[in-house]
Amino acid sequence: MSNKNKITAKQVSVFYGSKQALFDVDLNIAEKEVTALIGPSGCGKSTFIRCLNRMNDVIDICKVEGNIEIDGQDIYDNSVDVVQLREKVGMVFQKPNPFPKSIYENISYGPNIHGIAKDKTHMDEIVETSLKRAALWDEVKDRLDQPGTGLSGGQQQRLCIARAISINPEVILMDEPCSALDPIATAKIESLIDELKSLYTIAIVTHSMAQAARVSQHTGFFHLGKLIEFDSTEKIFKNPEDKMTQDYITGRFG
Amino acid sequence: MNSILILALILFGLTSFYFGKSRIKKVTTNGAFEPKALPHFYGYYQALWCALPALVIISIWTVFEPLILKNVIENKIQIASLNELSKDELNLIYSQIVSFAQGNFSGQITKGIESGAITYKNLLSISQGAKIILFFCAIIAASLFAYNQINKNVHAREGVEKALTVILFLSSVAAILTTIGIIFSLLFETIQFFSKINPLDFFFGLGWSPQKAFISDPTSLTPQEAKDLKEAFGAVPLFAGTAFIAFIAMCVAVPIGLYSGIYLAEYATTKQRKWGKPIIEILAGVPTVVYGFFAALTVGPFFRVIGDSIGLEVSSESALAAGLVMGVMIIPFVSSLSDDVINAVPQSLREGSYAMGATKSETIKKVVFPAALPGIVGSILLAVSRAVGETMIVVMAAGLAANLTINPLEATTTITTQIVMILVGDQEFTSAKTQSAFALGLTLFVLTLILNFIALRIVKKYREKYD
Repeated sequence: MSNKNKITAKQVSVFYGSKQALFDVDLNIAEKEVTALIGPSGCGKSTFIRCLNRMNDVIDICKVEGNIEIDGQDIYDNSVDVVQLREKVGMVFQKPNPFPKSIYENISYGPNIHGIAKDKTHMDEIVETSLKRAALWDEVKDRLDQPGTGLSGGQQQRLCIARAISINPEVILMDEPCSALDPIATAKIESLIDELKSLYTIAIVTHSMAQAARVSQHTGFFHLGKLIEFDSTEKIFKNPEDKMTQDYITGRFG
Repeated sequence: MNSILILALILFGLTSFYFGKSRIKKVTTNGAFEPKALPHFYGYYQALWCALPALVIISIWTVFEPLILKNVIENKIQIASLNELSKDELNLIYSQIVSFAQGNFSGQITKGIESGAITYKNLLSISQGAKIILFFCAIIAASLFAYNQINKNVHAREGVEKALTVILFLSSVAAILTTIGIIFSLLFETIQFFSKINPLDFFFGLGWSPQKAFISDPTSLTPQEAKDLKEAFGAVPLFAGTAFIAFIAMCVAVPIGLYSGIYLAEYATTKQRKWGKPIIEILAGVPTVVYGFFAALTVGPFFRVIGDSIGLEVSSESALAAGLVMGVMIIPFVSSLSDDVINAVPQSLREGSYAMGATKSETIKKVVFPAALPGIVGSILLAVSRAVGETMIVVMAAGLAANLTINPLEATTTITTQIVMILVGDQEFTSAKTQSAFALGLTLFVLTLILNFIALRIVKKYREKYD
């Protein structure tokens, strides 16, 4: 069973100055599913995911070629407003990066700049819903006014997830969200991802193949800037077409 | 004399270095034992042993020779003289003897001075001779010792490291002692000043006119003199003037410096930043005296002309002109420091904000700036302490009259200006007027110390948060 495609990427190449980091990647991300991108370090999976909300725009020397469409709209088209794109495509980073503000302000930040909340009560609701969806509410409901940087690493990462979903995006990109966390915090985030996929389209970059196998429905394997194989997670892990994928998954290189 | 000895010492030291280095190679080539460190450590070992003891001897002589000579000669003068001499008289005669011996005495020459000078010269030559002999003995003995140690394959690296630690330690002790010395001399004079003037009159008095404090006879004050003295040293106008000019300066420096810092850190391309930052920092390299005459000759008269044309009375030396130019001088401090603290805000916070769909200015306003705020406050406080201590611009452009005013178009004066005014020219060192400069200096010192302390604490706390 495969849902309809939310994101379609065609012939995407990325250059950092004269160095090419991605080579003609074709990849579709299905709606309300988890798509995992795996591969050895420096293979371009993070670069690819950062194209999807145009995070690479921040880097001066970065140039993106090819075509990426979300809901049929080319996101690199001149008419596209990056602010609106990022409102639709949220992102969670490798290292938890809560703002040095209170827990409440961390969540209300997005709704504030997009003018989503009608009044204070509505904002309170948004904060509560977001924290509940991120499975953090029970742990922080009594200390919403305390700094988000005071939470533990795993809590900080869930706070960042809550922050991402506070503006109700359609897609959430996760760039190795568990690489800085311990196994217990990782397990919590993984079960959270599993729950969130009923509401959001999720793309996750991960180093852990076990994690990809546990949370995703589709998996893409990147190597040296090329997408080697893309298929359902089951197929990739049980019966990969490509020898290289097979080797990587069984741990023979990486 | 000392310079020749030190020159010789440098030569001996260099030779010793190569000697020690080749020596260890020679000792260990036959494979009898492994060297315990690289050859150059043995070089340093030999050189340090050669130089340090001799250096200690020169230092001891430089410090104690004049003291001992003085003591001996003064004793002889005392014995030769018929009546009891006071300490000041002895001092005077001794300095006459010394300058006669050096051949630049211009006063009346007496027999006493002549014979004193001969004794002085004799003693001096004995002392110098002893110094040179000891100097060479020390070099030879220490070098032989080091040579012997190297033959026994001593732990040269440990010795050298220890010696370096001691040298570095002594340097920092010298720096600290100097500072302490300055503070104590300030403190000592200030206490003397406060024994004449009530501290309350100084810190809370509203009138500053030290020239009034002229006293004919310090042992008995007339009531009028006592009253003048009480009213002459009210430093409030100076504190107010200092604060006022610093305030005007900060009004210029904070917005411009901060905005240019934000531009450099957040908006400028790498190339712009590479050029822009040094150019702004050139402003910090302009000598303050240049700013001073710019303020006095260009900005001040310019304001007066403008004021005249719109019917305002502007004095040609005004707080506004001085403050404005001082502000320009401080811009690079604020800009460069705030650029640094903004850069220290982790990129991940900016990305987190962009990923929420925030624009660049929203990100700066709501995430970067609040995160950098403590550091920015610290940099502003450092700039304030610089403004408060700034002298040249205010001396040239702010005026000398101690007006207690908040009109920026009038002349006003600052603590630093008054210190300069008091100490320029011939002064009687024990008068209250001269000593008031020390009290002002100490006040200024304490003020900037507190500002710097708070600023550095804030900056440090902020750094810890992200490191």
